[in-house]
Amino acid sequence: MTGNLTLALLTGLLYTVGTYLLLQRTLTRVVIGLGLLGHGANLLLLQAGGPPGRAPFSGAAGTAGDGVADPLPQAMVLTAIVITFGVSAFLLALAYRSWVLTGDDEVQDDVEDARIARQRPDRHAHAHPEELS
Amino acid sequence: MRRGPALRRPREDVLLALVLLHLVLALLAPVAAARLGRRVFLLVALAPGATAVWAVTQASAVLDGRPVVSSTSWVPGLGLALDLRLDALSLLMVSLVSGVGALVLLYCAAYFDRDQPGLGRFAGVLTAFAGAMLGLVLADDLLLLYVFWELTSVTSWLLIGFDDEDAESRRAAQQALLVTTLGGLVMLVGLVMLVQEAGTASLAQILGDPPSGGTVPVALVLVLVGAFTKSAQVPFHPWLPSAMAAPTPVSAYLHAAAMVKAGVYLVARLAPAFAVVAVWRPVVLTVGLATMLVGGWRALRQDDLKRVLAFGTVSQLGFLMVLVGAGTHEAATAGAALLLAHGLFKATLFLSVGVIDHATGTRDLRLLSGVGRRSPVLATVAVLAALSMAGVPPLLGFVSKEAAYEALLGDPVVFAGVVLGSVLTAAYSARFVWGAFARKPGCADTVVHAPSAGLLAPVVVLGLAGLVLGLVPGLADPLVQGYASSYEGEPEHLALWHGLVPALGWSVLTLALGAALFLAREPVRAYQRRASRVLSRVDADRSYDRVLDGLDRSALRTTAVVQTGSLPVYLGTVLLTLVLLAGTALATSTRVTGDVTAYDRPLQVAVGVVVAIAAVATARAHRRFTAVLLLGAVGYGTAVLFVLQGGPDLALTQFLVETLALVIFVFVLRRLPATFTRRPLRLSQGVRLGVALAVGGFVTLAVLVAGQARTAPPASQAFLDRAQADGGGSNVVNVVLVDFRGFDTLGEITVLAVAAMGIASLVLAGRGRRSGDPEGETALTAAGGQAVDEPGTPAPEVVP
Repeated sequence: MTGNLTLALLTGLLYTVGTYLLLQRTLTRVVIGLGLLGHGANLLLLQAGGPPGRAPFSGAAGTAGDGVADPLPQAMVLTAIVITFGVSAFLLALAYRSWVLTGDDEVQDDVEDARIARQRPDRHAHAHPEELS
Repeated sequence: MRRGPALRRPREDVLLALVLLHLVLALLAPVAAARLGRRVFLLVALAPGATAVWAVTQASAVLDGRPVVSSTSWVPGLGLALDLRLDALSLLMVSLVSGVGALVLLYCAAYFDRDQPGLGRFAGVLTAFAGAMLGLVLADDLLLLYVFWELTSVTSWLLIGFDDEDAESRRAAQQALLVTTLGGLVMLVGLVMLVQEAGTASLAQILGDPPSGGTVPVALVLVLVGAFTKSAQVPFHPWLPSAMAAPTPVSAYLHAAAMVKAGVYLVARLAPAFAVVAVWRPVVLTVGLATMLVGGWRALRQDDLKRVLAFGTVSQLGFLMVLVGAGTHEAATAGAALLLAHGLFKATLFLSVGVIDHATGTRDLRLLSGVGRRSPVLATVAVLAALSMAGVPPLLGFVSKEAAYEALLGDPVVFAGVVLGSVLTAAYSARFVWGAFARKPGCADTVVHAPSAGLLAPVVVLGLAGLVLGLVPGLADPLVQGYASSYEGEPEHLALWHGLVPALGWSVLTLALGAALFLAREPVRAYQRRASRVLSRVDADRSYDRVLDGLDRSALRTTAVVQTGSLPVYLGTVLLTLVLLAGTALATSTRVTGDVTAYDRPLQVAVGVVVAIAAVATARAHRRFTAVLLLGAVGYGTAVLFVLQGGPDLALTQFLVETLALVIFVFVLRRLPATFTRRPLRLSQGVRLGVALAVGGFVTLAVLVAGQARTAPPASQAFLDRAQADGGGSNVVNVVLVDFRGFDTLGEITVLAVAAMGIASLVLAGRGRRSGDPEGETALTAAGGQAVDEPGTPAPEVVP
């Protein structure tokens, strides 16, 4: 099977941008990043089916992957599109809830974890207690 | 004589029944204690009592070389069976474990106050402990032995920590648990290695035909570590003196018959088969001798009678380790005799201290004075036991020490160490008797409440047993020979009088030096105090504390590094792991053949460029709305690519979903601030970009490699062929979704339903209560400075 460089690079780019946004603190950007990752994943699945072909209708001339597009990855992509949509909607609801509670949609560091990280077994290490607040 | 099956079955069944009896009574004890009070100990004493009596009835048969063997299937799939076996060594141990156990339980009935809280629990755990110990010495399967081994660790932890409101006793319990289970785990590794090497877990088979593979020495050292921790050998010994925090009957049982004897038992069990392995003798003899000397030295320094005895036990355990680990017929004889002697005199001495503590309220030998005169019976018995410990004729302790000297004379280094240790033993024995019972000048006589007969009786029985067996060594001899006969050699019978042999001379010298050391106790004490300033630098107990402190510190540091609480860090770690592990596999893959075209259709390039520009712009957008619109552009562009690839259904779905998503985004965005919080491009954004580029590169490579990985024709050819016939539709993708892979679609719908429920609960949460919830109101105004429940008002910031 022949690889398609254009699609491979585009998939990589969508993953790059998606990952970059996923690593941000603003929940909206995380959701957008997830959407880009979803598009990238769909392209990736589709390419697993091989080169382009005629739409997979029964009776189309040719065989799967050779003349006719492979129907199995398409079915998977269809499922993936819908599930990405469900997850995005859920995350948006989370962002909304976060805004209701805090007035923002920033994902903060866990306060308890930060406290543990600051804790020192010997007291001399508490050099800057004012940083705690 | 042939024994028919009808005769044999009951004999075998009793073995398992006795272990189970302990368990049943242990479970019953807390309930029974509510009715019986402290008499519950008389009830639970039935279990070890019955075991001891039964063991005596089996003695002649077992010593004749006919062990009682019982096998019950347990977990056949793992090859685990409840294999029990009563042979000569087990008989010796059972008489200690159950005989002393029964007497200790009887003693408990008189020792505790009637209204002592938690008696039922205590009686139950002590009985379970006795049962676990019994199972340990009977187990004929190495893994079963390990199970009982850890059961004794857990029950002893509960017993030592009985007074759970006392910090010292909690620390002691934890120390005992940590040290012995750590050793137990190391031992488990060794046991598993032994079982692998031997191909069987049966103790009898392993000993009968010892494996000699390359891993055996390593396995043995690991097993020995377990035995050393359990038997309080240097440097694991401090848990035993700390365990003094337990009630005195527990200390007596722990030190004399159970727990610490488990390690000695295991070494005694394995030595006949494995003492010939090169690593065995140096390890066992070095550790044993060091323990004997350290314990004796420390015992001489203690002021608490229980601590004198505790370090004495450490010392004697070292002695026992040397004898049973030496791996000769004579040493094994002496070891078995000392095992018995030590069980008897140490139990007597501990129970005596319990009586003294009970009668006077103190165990400090600097405060006690004139106790011997007030309670002559107790003093007589305790002195007998102490003399046995020191090795004075005609007691069992003397008989066993004579045998030990005889056995070790051939090895000057070991012999010198043992003599030195015995001198210390004689000295601290004398100091114990003096401290507990003598009248001291300048010290008023201690007030002594007369101990009850119930408290004294078990002590007297144990003390006299040591005397009787010393006067008539023939009584104990068969038991000892039964074990020693697992070695080649002429039986060396126990005797009070061997004639004028060198060992006798050494015994006299030992006692004389011990007496001298005791008489010079003031200078010795001053010297010890000076020496301890240097020696305390290598104090094992403090090392234990330091290790635990270090563990705390490193746990805290590890948590601080690993658990940062930052979502981007967690995600970044997961992604980098993916790139590093799977990426390495990809990069070294041989599948990339270079069979790559730039594009299949020219339009792909044009649409691809548009999608790429939109995607990059999405990341750079500062306004939320811009970013969402650009995301929509990417989605529509992808849909066009779907069409070009030959998937009109996909494109249609993508268009619809993308539009719907855009609508939902707008609903949420009208609430949120118009722009993202502006963040300066710091190092962390550079790191994010780096991670993102790594992931993107990885995916590009994965697509190219995966595209060339196909070796078989696509599975979906069958779908194309059968869609019309089986599914009744010409759109194959549709047929796949609703027919061939219908369960996938069911799963997809389930995901949507769950997401919908989640969204509904998130959006509707607190909506009904909002006006009446002042707390929520304050939080909102404080944080957002903006009223919430005005669904109709568009947020002013949203400007498309």
